Amino acid sequence: MLKNMLKATVFATTMALAAGTFYTPAFAETVYNRGSAAEAETLDPHKTSTVYEADIIRDLFQGLVMHDQKTNLIPGAAESWTVSDDGTVYTFKLRKDGLWSDGSPVTADDFVYSFQRLEDPATAAEYASMLYPVKNAEEVNTKKGKPEDMGVKAIDANTLEVTLKAPTPYFLEMLTHQATYPVSKASIEKLGADWVKAGKLVSNGAFTAAEWIPNDHLKLVKNPKFWDAASVKFDVVNYIPTEDRSSAMKRFEAGEFDSYGDLPTEQLADLKTKFGDQIRVGPYLGTYYFAIKTDKAPWDNVELRNAISMAIDRDFLAEKVWQNSMLPGYSMVPPGIEGYTPALAKYADMSQIDREDEAKKVLEKLGYTPEKPLKMEIRYNTSENHKNTAVAIQEQLKPLGVEITLLNTDTKTHYSFLEQKGDYDVARAGWIADYKDPETFLGISRKASGNNYSDYSSPKFEEAMDKAAAAGGKPEERMKELAEAERILVDDVGNIPLLYYSYKDIVSSKLHGFDDNVMDIHPSRFISKD
Amino acid sequence: MLRYVFRRLLTAIPTLFVIVTVAFFLIRVAPGGPFNQERGLSPEIRANLEAQFGLNDPLWLQYVHYLGNLLRGNFGPSYNLPDFTVTELFARGLPVSIQIGASALILALLLGGILGTIAALNQNKLADYSVIALAAAGSTIPTFVIAPVIQLLFGLTWKLLPIGGWGDGAVLNKVGPVLTLALPQIAIVARLMRGSMIESLRSHHIRTARALGLSDWSVVVKHALRGAILPIVSFTGPAAAALLTGSIIVETIFAVPGVGRYFVDAALNRDYTLVMGTVVVIALFTIVFNLIVDVMYAFVDPRVRYD
Repeated sequence: MLKNMLKATVFATTMALAAGTFYTPAFAETVYNRGSAAEAETLDPHKTSTVYEADIIRDLFQGLVMHDQKTNLIPGAAESWTVSDDGTVYTFKLRKDGLWSDGSPVTADDFVYSFQRLEDPATAAEYASMLYPVKNAEEVNTKKGKPEDMGVKAIDANTLEVTLKAPTPYFLEMLTHQATYPVSKASIEKLGADWVKAGKLVSNGAFTAAEWIPNDHLKLVKNPKFWDAASVKFDVVNYIPTEDRSSAMKRFEAGEFDSYGDLPTEQLADLKTKFGDQIRVGPYLGTYYFAIKTDKAPWDNVELRNAISMAIDRDFLAEKVWQNSMLPGYSMVPPGIEGYTPALAKYADMSQIDREDEAKKVLEKLGYTPEKPLKMEIRYNTSENHKNTAVAIQEQLKPLGVEITLLNTDTKTHYSFLEQKGDYDVARAGWIADYKDPETFLGISRKASGNNYSDYSSPKFEEAMDKAAAAGGKPEERMKELAEAERILVDDVGNIPLLYYSYKDIVSSKLHGFDDNVMDIHPSRFISKD
Repeated sequence: MLRYVFRRLLTAIPTLFVIVTVAFFLIRVAPGGPFNQERGLSPEIRANLEAQFGLNDPLWLQYVHYLGNLLRGNFGPSYNLPDFTVTELFARGLPVSIQIGASALILALLLGGILGTIAALNQNKLADYSVIALAAAGSTIPTFVIAPVIQLLFGLTWKLLPIGGWGDGAVLNKVGPVLTLALPQIAIVARLMRGSMIESLRSHHIRTARALGLSDWSVVVKHALRGAILPIVSFTGPAAAALLTGSIIVETIFAVPGVGRYFVDAALNRDYTLVMGTVVVIALFTIVFNLIVDVMYAFVDPRVRYD
């Protein structure tokens, strides 16, 4: 009886397991299996919002300009460009051999259509602001202007003219962002909402989207129509989302992944021992900071804000909490932007003991002691590392007479609360560069910015930012003004920078061209495998 | 019986309506929305997004629209995966979850049933103690421990199975997730089966059957098993609904593209339409499997009649 029942169990389970099974034959193809920590949300460049789809869209499409594997600006769909003397008119010459994957030419009209589509309120693009420097773009997006009034014009099939509101030296850098990439007008008109489906998507990059099974894989195949297809080494690039970082490490070890774009921080030391040079950790353009309510007592006192900021041991946070996957941060703009020197907090050179002594003096002067503590609440969004960071700071500030309570909410609740300018003391936040320029980090502290969670307001800071904007045509002067603005912001403790982000990748030693860079971007087009 | 089934299906409609209504308003009460994120949006851009998804309408109107679409079988677009509709996501994910869940359920019912029967027939002997120990371990070790151990042993050490992924539905890719999902269920079924089988074996009609000189096989399979199986049937309804609609832990660790992950991810992302889709799917599965269990009861236990 038992034998029969066991047989039945094995048979029934095997049948159930085999349901839906089909095998994919082996191909003599060069395949790059690229693990990522999360699923892409969309393949539509104009609806993009996360860094996870940035790599994918960069493989699928080509903007006017692009980044190479070291994040140098290189020609993309445009082979050359000129800028008018006043820095407001950019004339791009599109490459004549630029084709869509369906074989039709990429024209200036496609870019006019795409730029207008990005700003069209009906598209509902989260990154519409990327083109706000273009004349009338913001007006179109906010329903105050017509698309045809936008400063983008096709002079002829291969010449595109873009007129800006004011000189914007980082405009070309902005054009490396995936939101500014072109889409095929003909394809959208023909297929409607289905144009974006893998298998139907017409793109102008090194690869095309062949198949997308959410939470499993997105398969890209080499685009034979790409103007530089001869130098593309992979036939197939599989983007494989694997949320569980520990599983991802095992998949890498088993050879299922050639690279993975994140690491479990708590295992970093062991991973370095195990995988050696295949573990890549380095500076990434991102700042982890605490927003602090600068317009609410007692946090409206700059001396108090400075004392709190000074007393936090950032080395401990970076080394112990984040296992050296972050770097101690003393400025809002992280290092790594060419031509710019971040303005560090004045206590950055002091020893931690001296900082704590100094902070203690200030707190005592303001009447806060362990007997009569300063009450402070830290809000943070759900994450073990955010929690550990807050707990460490709670312990660090306790001896100085600061009684910290912690409040954890999920990410949506956290940012909804901050955006609605809720009543809080200190809140965890972070900022990752959309493009390589200090403005992206400083702009969030402007009075009008929706990301100014600290409610920081300083006429001097605004003036310096305005001056920097006005100096658009003079890069050196502009950087000086931006540094001046940052100096004001940091001295005012408009927020508390704690750490600079690092990229954390695991990359097979068989891969070449996966070069380290501060934007952590790695176009598959430049990568090859032994 | 047919009238009973029909009546039950009719009563499922208001039940489903209440579930959908409560879920619709509850998710909207939760603070934060689908467009709250680290990179804040300007009010104008947020307004564009809300207009696209109809979130600028009054809540009651959104509810009416949702119900209207639902009646037409349209679950709407996913907010966080806008390239897909909720229907498309379920059409791709549900077969995956069902394959994993059905395999785990079959394995649990058959293997658990066999182990429970062996234990009951060998009460207070080594086989019984072994099953009890196995059941205790199986039901106390969480899946987030079992899964990495399976990956480590079968994937990395012995290289018998892939670590993760769906592999276009290859059998080997399913083994890890199925085992992880099945082990705790095997333990539960074995424990239930052992208890009910012992009870059944002690009943008067079994004693009578033995006294009449029936063989052990006949006593156990033809008479005791029928009575012992009732608790397993009760367990199967909710277990099937839970297993077939996916497991977030198993699907996350093994990177399986089922729908289990949507249940939590959609709620955390305030992906309203996907949340509603998951609620409807779970509710339907629960209603249907509870009905199946009730019908099966009538077949297993002749005393149960539905008129």
